[in-house]
Amino acid sequence: MMASSYTAKEEDGHITVSGPGALRSRKPENTAFKQQRLPAWQPILTAGTVLPAFFIIGLLFIPIGIGLFVTSNNIKEFEIDYTGVDASSPCYNCSQSFSWNSSRPCTCSIPFYLEQPYESNVYVYYGLSNFYQNHRRYVKSRDDSQLNGDPKSLMEPSKECEPYAFHENKPIAPCGAIANSMFNDTLELFYNDPNGTKVQILLNTTGIAWWTDKHVKFGNPGGNSPNLTAAFQGTTKPINWRRPVFDLDADEGNNGFINEDFIVWMRTAALPTFRKLYRIINKKSGMVPTLPRGNYSLEVVYNYPVRSFEGRKRMILSTISWMGGEEPLSGHRLHRRGLRVLLPGRRAAARPPQVREQKQQR
Amino acid sequence: MGMDFSTLRTLISRYCVGEENWVDSRTIYIGHKEPPPGTEAFIQQRFPDNRIVSSKYTFWNFVPKNMFEQFRRVANFYFLIIFLVQLIIDTPTSPITSGLPLFFVITVTSIKQGYEDWLRHKADNSVNQCPVHVVQHGKVVRKQSRKLRVGDVVFMKENETFPCDLILLSTSRDDGTCFVTTASLDGESSHKTHYAVQDTKAYITEKEVDSIRATIECEQPQPDLYKFVGRINIYMDNEPVARPLGAENLLLRGATLKNTEHIYAVAIYTGMETKMALNYQSKTQKRSAVEKSMNAYLVVYLCILISKALINTLLKYVWQADSNRDEPWYNNRTDTERQRHIVIRAFTDFLAFMVLFNYIIPVSMYVTVEMQKFLGSYFIMWDDDMFDEELGERAVVNTSDLNEELGQVEYVFTDKTGTLTENNMEFIECCVDGHIYVADAICNGQVMPGATSMDMIDSSPGPGAREHEELFFRALCLCHTVQVKEEETVDGIKHGIHQGKSTSFYISSSPDEVALVEGMKRLGFTYLRLRDGHMEILNREDEIERFELLEVLTFDSVRRRMSVIVRSSTGELYLFCKGADSSIFPRVISGKVEEVRARVEHNAVEGLRTLCVAYRPLSPEQYTEVCHMLNGAKLSLHDRDKRLAEAYDAIEKDLILLGATAVEDRLQEKAADTIESLHKAGMKVWVLTGDKMETAAATCYASKLFHRNTQILELTTKRTEEQTLHDVLFDLSRTVLRQHGGMARDSFSGLSGDCTDFGLIIDGATLSAVMRPAQEDSNSGNYKDIFLEICRNCSAVLCCRMAPLQKAQIVKLIKASEEHPITLAIGDGANDVSMILEAHVGIGIMGKEGRQAVRNSDYAIPKFKHLKKILLVHGHYYYIRISELVQYFFYKNVCFIFPQFLYQFFCGFSQQPLFDTAYLTLYNISFTSLPILLYSLIEQHINVDILKKDPSLYRDIAKNSLLRWPIFIYWTLLGVYDAIVMFFGAYFLFDNTTFTSNGQMFGNWTFGTLVFTVLVFTVTFKLALDTHYWTWINHFVIWGSLVFFVVFSLLWGGIIWPFLNYQRMYYVFMQMLSSGPAWLSIILLITASLLPDVLKKVICRALWPTTTECIQSADKLYEGHLSEFTPLASLHAPSRAGGHRRGSGTQGNPRRTNWCCLCANMLSRNTP
Repeated sequence: MMASSYTAKEEDGHITVSGPGALRSRKPENTAFKQQRLPAWQPILTAGTVLPAFFIIGLLFIPIGIGLFVTSNNIKEFEIDYTGVDASSPCYNCSQSFSWNSSRPCTCSIPFYLEQPYESNVYVYYGLSNFYQNHRRYVKSRDDSQLNGDPKSLMEPSKECEPYAFHENKPIAPCGAIANSMFNDTLELFYNDPNGTKVQILLNTTGIAWWTDKHVKFGNPGGNSPNLTAAFQGTTKPINWRRPVFDLDADEGNNGFINEDFIVWMRTAALPTFRKLYRIINKKSGMVPTLPRGNYSLEVVYNYPVRSFEGRKRMILSTISWMGGEEPLSGHRLHRRGLRVLLPGRRAAARPPQVREQKQQR
Repeated sequence: MGMDFSTLRTLISRYCVGEENWVDSRTIYIGHKEPPPGTEAFIQQRFPDNRIVSSKYTFWNFVPKNMFEQFRRVANFYFLIIFLVQLIIDTPTSPITSGLPLFFVITVTSIKQGYEDWLRHKADNSVNQCPVHVVQHGKVVRKQSRKLRVGDVVFMKENETFPCDLILLSTSRDDGTCFVTTASLDGESSHKTHYAVQDTKAYITEKEVDSIRATIECEQPQPDLYKFVGRINIYMDNEPVARPLGAENLLLRGATLKNTEHIYAVAIYTGMETKMALNYQSKTQKRSAVEKSMNAYLVVYLCILISKALINTLLKYVWQADSNRDEPWYNNRTDTERQRHIVIRAFTDFLAFMVLFNYIIPVSMYVTVEMQKFLGSYFIMWDDDMFDEELGERAVVNTSDLNEELGQVEYVFTDKTGTLTENNMEFIECCVDGHIYVADAICNGQVMPGATSMDMIDSSPGPGAREHEELFFRALCLCHTVQVKEEETVDGIKHGIHQGKSTSFYISSSPDEVALVEGMKRLGFTYLRLRDGHMEILNREDEIERFELLEVLTFDSVRRRMSVIVRSSTGELYLFCKGADSSIFPRVISGKVEEVRARVEHNAVEGLRTLCVAYRPLSPEQYTEVCHMLNGAKLSLHDRDKRLAEAYDAIEKDLILLGATAVEDRLQEKAADTIESLHKAGMKVWVLTGDKMETAAATCYASKLFHRNTQILELTTKRTEEQTLHDVLFDLSRTVLRQHGGMARDSFSGLSGDCTDFGLIIDGATLSAVMRPAQEDSNSGNYKDIFLEICRNCSAVLCCRMAPLQKAQIVKLIKASEEHPITLAIGDGANDVSMILEAHVGIGIMGKEGRQAVRNSDYAIPKFKHLKKILLVHGHYYYIRISELVQYFFYKNVCFIFPQFLYQFFCGFSQQPLFDTAYLTLYNISFTSLPILLYSLIEQHINVDILKKDPSLYRDIAKNSLLRWPIFIYWTLLGVYDAIVMFFGAYFLFDNTTFTSNGQMFGNWTFGTLVFTVLVFTVTFKLALDTHYWTWINHFVIWGSLVFFVVFSLLWGGIIWPFLNYQRMYYVFMQMLSSGPAWLSIILLITASLLPDVLKKVICRALWPTTTECIQSADKLYEGHLSEFTPLASLHAPSRAGGHRRGSGTQGNPRRTNWCCLCANMLSRNTP
């Protein structure tokens, strides 16, 4: 919408002036490019060109903003902190009596109440705070070719994995700080039916990692051989793990390096407060809400220590609209943007004298 | 006498100094022959050979010397350090990210410099290998010029140029003289007479010359062209005869032998010791003002960088004080790391931060600037307007480093002869008793007999007048010191005095005399020759008239006139006198003084050189008296000069005025127009010439350097003879300052053209007195300052009688003055080389006086008029382009690095890079490099024609206005703002939100990629918004580089790259694009980043438009035809008022005024 006009000057490209032969060779070619006379569009950012652009952008943003606002209002999200910092918290004991070596897992149960029914697919996240997954030493502490199933790297993990590369002279699989610190709390959800029964909610373990990660970037050594135990022969489990990598899941398609919980964890978060997709509660057919309104309880197998670095652990339930997850921010921002873009437009429209005159000229 | 004395003094000083005498003088053995035994010890001194070296490198030292020079540049050194740090310690980014660009830069630069040096080698070789004839064992032998040694006897033929400084031994002329033109040395094209040593002038064959046994003692080489002292000891019959040698025996390298068949001479100074070479200045790397501001910015950014790294290191250790943060259980150090001392760790961290943030100082900026300069200089070479059909030459760029400096010039120092003028005197008209005769434009001196060759403007004069007229012509034919050189007819080309008989031309030490005599020839009176004391004239009736030449009262600059006394064939005696009007009129007793005076004044205003002609009939008695007076004066031993002057004074009186002549050293085409444009563009033009003051002043008037109402201040030897230098200087400064105070008061009234402006004339001798270092006595120390003060208040300055080094001194003086103005020197001869090298920008004119100036210049143009385009158009464009380039580069790197800095606060100060390595490396190299490079090559904010038509637009960019600190700070703040918007925009989106429709989460690399995508688009769009000249190439490159970024990202993330040890970018970009919110936020953040800049632009343009912006709008209205029919003055006449206002205190940086746009509006209303 900028005022435009092509000033085509001298498009007659090649005029050669006749003269003596030696002379012509020294004479610069008279082309539009060499004489800096290429035809050009010469826009000017005047109020007259920019204000309409503002209006149009503003008008475009307003419906988008409204749409976003509505959808983001439809998104439901529920968050529960189960770190157990307060003495009153059910997980207080677990958090206090933590030890890596305890063979008996500590469990706790947290009741909560959903005020609204959750209609569509519900995504279960775990969230960590004050956990620096983006620390440089941490981010690089992995071996991508090992994770891709390269047998050589399996036995000789990259130096980047230090000090989590070898344990008792055996290569660690998967090596590195990231893998070593994999989140290992187990979260289970129970619906406390008003009639008194406690129904466990089915949590889907697949579909939580990027498809490309699971199928291309990550791969078990030995290809698709069914015997993972053999494939990982000669390696040892990461120090902090309770089970070896080939024992992560009973499902063969979700075991070893292609375990989706593992893959999700391996995608390091951008910020120290983050959430990762843990499970998916698929929408049941029919009109029944995925999670009806009512009392629930979260059963936690408390394995993951965060108190030492003042971290927090959360469980989040969320529905997702067509736009993605909860976007209260985007919605508001866009809305505001729409207004903001419009406002200067209106203000300046009150007094652009020369602009109008220019238009008359045209 | 004086010279003898100085020789004596040298000897005395030698004697006194004792051991150090070898420093002061050198002994040369002519023909390398030992002197006869017993006279003096034969000590062969070692002298350099005659090789001229202007190249910097040799084949062997190129690599180390070039590397050394390159790494001496702060920027290169910095990048080398960064590279080494990356190699040594564990840094967040790989060494390739900085090593690759550095390697590229170094290679490109060294190739360029190597090529340039190769060209210099070639030029040197052609000079060094040209053949020279040397007498060896009684035979003439050809030698290469570079093999010439001190003491060689050289044989030179006519029109050859002397290969080194020589002492003239003998010539083919009987009187032992030869004629030389030093045009390429000091710009004087007239012929000068040099004398052979009296005792050797008889040796005129090779054999004879070879038999000379002599030694020459002379001073060690020194650069003054006009000074030389030495003596020659000639051994005849073992009896040494000592003769003094002076400048009149010395032939300088670069001068050309004229009008003399051949000479023998001995080489005394060779190679780099010749006076010409000593007048060269060492070629130093010139740096442009833009580069200086660039370096200043660099320092600022270096400080920012270091403080950023320091802050982060400090915060890191504060934050890590808690060991659970330093080493949480999930993120342990290796043992080796743990054992490191904390100081080493902190230092390593500091270095790592430096490496992480080092991109803020963009190595690629140097590459881009280098490329921009190199490629951009082609537009100067390609420019059709700067092609000269006559010479068949186009502009040449020798140094591309200074393109933008062409847009910053404040002082122009120009040579006169051959630069302003064509170096070609021409007779224009003469005026006899108020009747004006104009010579026909006859070429080749072809004689048209009879009155047909004469144009009479006024009505035909009466019979009495006719007599006067013929007397006038005869006077001009007789009153001169012109020599005639006759030559056999060559190939039927006849310049003949007599058609078909022989060709001849005139030679004189004064070119105007030649012009006058040639002019007379065209008017029908031809001076034939001087034979047997008789001057022969061919008159209109083809009859030969003979006049006996009795006395010549030679010209001197004090009297400013010359006379001859002749006796005609009928026995009448005449004194003919010609001279400057001021010296003739007071001595005239009759004649039509008023008419002639009017004409003379008219011609002077036209810029013509005028001379008045008068005569005095002498009776035989008077003549005897005159003879008596003259002889008495000539023979006197004391005060001979004074008595001669008195005698002249007594003889040249009671004159009868005949008329006046006008001669023109034709100005170069459009020279006046060019100088006017330069004045309008705010430049001060100084003329520096080796020529005489009168000639130079006339040229200055003609070229409109001095106007009719210019008040001329003279600071010349003539004046300093009357008063002390001190008084003259203070007088002048008082005059100037008083006027200046007045001017400041009414500067609001309008153009300074209304007030008197000053022109200063200074000559070389006075200048050297002014420049002489401060003496002990009280108040002479600050002459320089006073002189500068005077100069600064003069709109034009003329410096005449300048030695080449003095020209450079002047340039240096101005360069070093308070404001440090940008200077430009333009000249065509070897005498201009030193000033061309000294000035910020040196421009050579492809003149008649060789290619020295062209070779040593930064730019060479065929004609002076091309200066207008190269400064006003190319200079302006390059400045605009490079300043945007510099600012934009810093801006885009702030945008690039500031998010990384912010990210450190969220990743535990662990130096985690926000962007992937590929992005870090390619951001400056490919994603954002081409659009700005292209912009800096072809952007045109204003039409070429408008720039040419309106020189005052040049003032808009004066004083480095686009690279001032406020503008720099604006760009930096804009960069910081954009970085904050991008980072925190992405931060809030990533904080606790899901992006994808399947609930999956993104990691840190997606975060970085999102920021990076916004960054690349924002930065490119910002440039798009700044681009005013959108050719198809701009469209192609801008949109193309965005497409390239997307395609690259898709490819980079689309494949598991086998050679990488990490796959962190795998599918990151595509996953991001598959998410709706990511798209939205990208668009949002780009808009938010660009919004303030767009608003600022629109508001500023609406409220306070610059002249440039006004002209843009006006140009738009006329659809590109503004230059054709708009009075541009109306567009910015008010803006000049704005400029004045700024001058009086307010800091409106680029001149902004509402008036401009009002004007544009008015124009728009008034045009159909």
